[in-house]
Amino acid sequence: MGYDYDRIAHDDEFQELKAKRHQFIFPITVFFIIATLLFPVLTGYTTFLNHIAFWNISWAWIYALLLFIMVWTLVTIYMNKARSFDKASERIVMKYKGGPDR
Amino acid sequence: MNTTVVLMFLFFVSLTLLITYFASKRTNSASDFYTAGGGLTGWQNGLAIAGDYLSAASFLGIAGAIALWGFDGFFYSIGYLTAYLVVLYIVAEPLRNLGKYTLADMIAARFELKKVRATAAVSSITIVIFYMLAQLVGAGALIQLLFHIPYTAAVILVGIMMTIYVLFGGMTATSWVQMVKAILLMIGTMIISFLVLMHFDFSMTKMFGAMQNISSPDLKSDFINPGSQGKSPLDNISLIIALLFGTAGLPHILMRFFTVKDAKTARSSVMWATWIIGIFYILTIFLGFGAASLLSREEIIAANPAGNMAAPLLAEKLGGDLLMSFVSAVAFATILAVVAGLVLSGASAFAHDIYGEVIKKGQISEKEQMTAAKIASVAVAVLSIILALFAQNLNVAFLVSLAFCVAASANLPVIVYTIFWKRFNTQGAIIGIIVGLLTSLVLVILSPNVMNPAGTAFITANPIFPLANPAIISVPAGFIAAFFGTFLGKEEAAEKFEEVQVKSITGISTADVTH
Repeated sequence: MGYDYDRIAHDDEFQELKAKRHQFIFPITVFFIIATLLFPVLTGYTTFLNHIAFWNISWAWIYALLLFIMVWTLVTIYMNKARSFDKASERIVMKYKGGPDR
Repeated sequence: MNTTVVLMFLFFVSLTLLITYFASKRTNSASDFYTAGGGLTGWQNGLAIAGDYLSAASFLGIAGAIALWGFDGFFYSIGYLTAYLVVLYIVAEPLRNLGKYTLADMIAARFELKKVRATAAVSSITIVIFYMLAQLVGAGALIQLLFHIPYTAAVILVGIMMTIYVLFGGMTATSWVQMVKAILLMIGTMIISFLVLMHFDFSMTKMFGAMQNISSPDLKSDFINPGSQGKSPLDNISLIIALLFGTAGLPHILMRFFTVKDAKTARSSVMWATWIIGIFYILTIFLGFGAASLLSREEIIAANPAGNMAAPLLAEKLGGDLLMSFVSAVAFATILAVVAGLVLSGASAFAHDIYGEVIKKGQISEKEQMTAAKIASVAVAVLSIILALFAQNLNVAFLVSLAFCVAASANLPVIVYTIFWKRFNTQGAIIGIIVGLLTSLVLVILSPNVMNPAGTAFITANPIFPLANPAIISVPAGFIAAFFGTFLGKEEAAEKFEEVQVKSITGISTADVTH
């Protein structure tokens, strides 16, 4: 399967897809890493998460629940975004596979 | 052992053997053996990932830890779950697009040198052995508790079962055992959670209120608040780092991504897995809180000091013999599903990476590949059974977190650089893996897990390194070593990196592989 990877790599459409993918992935990755690591830092060095948020449930449990919701939300966002990347990548693959005329 | 337990147990064993029988007919090539022919759908693989990931330690261990330590018992679930974002955002799709059977395949897609593949295989094998040893020793102790059979017999029984699944049914049987187990586990936890909620009249405030009244001289803070185990904050941060970054480097989890046909299915399997795993972890709160309020602390500790019996005891209290038997059978299923996946990933590193690609340089027929894979599976199984028999009286619980730590420190930096960093080269990859692996191992040897003044560990002395899990040091060490290692070597041609980028983003090379 000898594709001309060099040519695809320098294709404008591919460059654009790559840039868009990275612009999408990196900020979110930094965000969820910070959100996750902040949790043991806050529970370890401060006690303000022990205060009651509402009813009789403390902020520590709310933070934990929010992290669960964050995971499911970011997974959903990724699934939707990836669908738009799929379209672009299918176009590129079709272009270089040569289509029916090859 | 009563009749209900024996019946449930026999039912599960016959079901899995039936699965293995049908799977064996469909296991004719190396691709069938390692990846079930790449033909699983998204939800099937998602269930199997959950089945592979949720070990007995999650089911019985976390429920027990919440019952004894409240918030602190639940705490680590956060790291176990958010880890799947790293898997989804960074690893899943490129891995599927670049690899064939193993993690080393993916790294070798960029660096063809045998040395790189061999180093990656060694780190995979190390992780698998640690993880497996922890699972088998834990399994032996648990089965002893649940079914009252001796440790040695329990380990050998589990060993024989896992070998049968893998040897005859390969990845197809292993995947289906994992799926069945995931479904049983969810049913079991949902039933108990429902009964616990009913006990609290379906009121969260009532449940949390009951938890605020729990007190014990063991607790270093309120049961419901962080800090009851009195661990140092750095210890907790370090462990969360290991879990968050380690999952995306665990060989038996990564291997699951080769069982689907393309990147699209790989990502949808992560979606299914995060829903199942996330809901499961939330339900463990009900299990733990239920046990904490319906059972006495003394009762839980008397059955097992780590709290492992809290869930089965709670099941007995809520649903009598029947529910208790069901939960015990589920725990047994859980153990088998996890160890079978581990055998397979260990075997693939030995037979495919080291024997097939490094020793035979890829010049190996389909038939030889199958033979090598089967021999390696038996060898991995026998080796781990023997190790587990000797390790009976050792406290091996830390081995799981060590496996996560090695995966995060040795594997993840190299995965990330391979996909994203143009300048990265062979030297960087090899040095990164070796430094990540050695830093983790050495720091654990110097840690309280191995050195303890009270004489409860291997060496009676003050620990030289204070943290139980070294990830906070070893993960940065892995990334930094791979970075500087790169500059020790010469710059490599950009074509290979461009090829890797094109393949990982478009999936162009897997698009026409017919399974």
